Amino acid sequence: MEQRVVNQNEYVQRTLTNKQEFSLKKFFLQWEWLLILVFLLVLAINTHLSPYFLNGAGLRDATMIFLDKAFIVFPMVMIMILRDIDISVGSTVALSSVVMATLYNNLGVPMEAAIIICLLVGALCGLINGLLIIKFKELSAVIVTLGTMILYRGLAYVILEDQASGNFPEWFSFFGWGHVAGIPFILLVFVLFAIGFTLLLHKTTFGRQIFAMGNNPTASRFSGVQVDKIKIIVFVLAGLMAAITAIFLASRMGSTRPNIATNYELDVIAMVALGGISTAGGKGRMLGAIIAIFIIGYLQYGLGLINIASQTMLVIIGILLIVSVVIPKLNLKGIFSRFVKKRNTN
Amino acid sequence: MAEGTLGNSNSVQVAKKTSKLAIVSKFRELGLLAFIILLCVAVQARNPSFLTMENINDMITNTAILSILALGMMLVLITRGIDLSIGATLALSGMIAAQTVSANQGLHPILAILLGTIIGIVCGIVIGFLVSKFGILPIIATLAMMNIFRGLTFTVSDGQWISSYQMPESFVSIATSKILGINTLIVIAVVIYLIAFYFINHTRTGRQIYAVGSNPDSAKVSGISQTKILMLVYTIMGGLAGLSGVLWVSKFASAQGDTASGYELTVIAACILGGVSIAGGSGKLSGVILGSLLLGLLNNALPLLNVSPFWQMAIQGSIILIAVIINTLVKRGVVRNNLLRRKI
Repeated sequence: MEQRVVNQNEYVQRTLTNKQEFSLKKFFLQWEWLLILVFLLVLAINTHLSPYFLNGAGLRDATMIFLDKAFIVFPMVMIMILRDIDISVGSTVALSSVVMATLYNNLGVPMEAAIIICLLVGALCGLINGLLIIKFKELSAVIVTLGTMILYRGLAYVILEDQASGNFPEWFSFFGWGHVAGIPFILLVFVLFAIGFTLLLHKTTFGRQIFAMGNNPTASRFSGVQVDKIKIIVFVLAGLMAAITAIFLASRMGSTRPNIATNYELDVIAMVALGGISTAGGKGRMLGAIIAIFIIGYLQYGLGLINIASQTMLVIIGILLIVSVVIPKLNLKGIFSRFVKKRNTN
Repeated sequence: MAEGTLGNSNSVQVAKKTSKLAIVSKFRELGLLAFIILLCVAVQARNPSFLTMENINDMITNTAILSILALGMMLVLITRGIDLSIGATLALSGMIAAQTVSANQGLHPILAILLGTIIGIVCGIVIGFLVSKFGILPIIATLAMMNIFRGLTFTVSDGQWISSYQMPESFVSIATSKILGINTLIVIAVVIYLIAFYFINHTRTGRQIYAVGSNPDSAKVSGISQTKILMLVYTIMGGLAGLSGVLWVSKFASAQGDTASGYELTVIAACILGGVSIAGGSGKLSGVILGSLLLGLLNNALPLLNVSPFWQMAIQGSIILIAVIINTLVKRGVVRNNLLRRKI
């Protein structure tokens, strides 16, 4: 009985203080601070392990190398907030880049047009995913994107078989290697997209509707959120960003093959999960995912510097993914408060 | 799930006639069998070397490993899960078994099979632990473990292959020897299916797997431990993948770091073709056998029809999507008919 009264009081209090007060403790207990700590730790360990790590040019070049897959992270954050997942993004990268290269090399299409078609192909791949998911609501996004993952990769193999296609025009390499005022072009584009997607997710009606759908799809549908439309837009965005990744990747490598960007879905999902986006949907912030991109990117770069094999890297990213998914389930607050209480009684 | 029921209740008002698709659900296995026979006849007409005793034997032997894996995957899918890590588990157990036999040439093949199975079981327990105790989504847990196991395989092998001349004769002959005139692989698959048939249909735990998959909440209320069932399912899957790893290495007489990469997708395709529902709760052994047979048949027939190997992946992807969509439409038809019946 007493317990119930206390609960009621708490409830009243919670409804009364509608506007949340700024609490310093709460502010510093955010996931993002932990991520920044981890990021600094990665930098420190890397610097300790390899004297070549803290080197302006080296760090800048490393950024150019891992940022290509970072573009897919933005829409993936939205997809995971919607409680869905998209594992076809790596195949979309392969298919759109292969289409672009084939159009330019074998069919004589001008490069500018090929790039636009590449973006269209990516968007189309996303549209197919989205349409299948909303038309067949019984199917989970897992199985739909699993099917399209094989299909898109298969189509890439059909087009190019096991060959590589390169010979892009000179100016095309600017995407991957160009600098604007000393800053890598890819970094500039990344920052623009990061700002755009952060505003889209956190400051617009569209973004709030995504969170509403992630928290309760049925309720948000009954409150007039156009559930299907939003889902399609988000999956098309994923396809489009995969195509942008394809352009940067093809430009950096100078050629493309049907087997590029395998395992990208793992890296992207690991970045999103590490960024504190709940796999149960409805929770997460873009900022966390952006910090996570740099953590994983610099971790891979640093491990590469000390000659760790790429296969070992797979193990490390896999463990990182599992740890970052497990930590939120461990009820850290409970452990923390028990620890504090013990200290007080002593 | 909530959205699914919403969509159905909407379609009730629109529906006035009974759905003919529902008939398919009654004869799914027969239909699949008919399709397989049709396909055989068509391929035979194009290439007469298809239905020779030798080729059929080859085909069924090739399908044996796929059907063993599909059985485990069916159990996982029934509990609403998915396991993407089996290709990597298979490679890891195959690699370790191959290394062990090449180091100890006198090792009895049965011990090698046991070793592989135990490694698979350990891999399965890890995944089962993550999924059941921590409640991680199966897709994320198995995606991560897939890469961990694959990386471990490369680390264990140091990037080296183990080829047939390093393996003792007794080990390679697991896949080529015959018991009572039938290839050992087929015998192993048949024995596993017989055990599974008894386990799934006639034991309490077997029925509980279906209960957890079709309605987790009511299963929990009826006192079924979901943790236990999930753990069991992923452990069985791991064990079967480990066993298949040894059989795979023995059959192809080589163990590599990238053995069976992407094979999990073929296995999932076989299950879906066999009518196992991705939403959990339904799936039959007979369907899974036919689904694996159909895929094995396609893999065997496509080269005979001069289809470029580069088309295989695209064809497989389309098959998965089409099968999944047909499954959904059939299920919708069944639900609609049931609702209509209730109205009258």
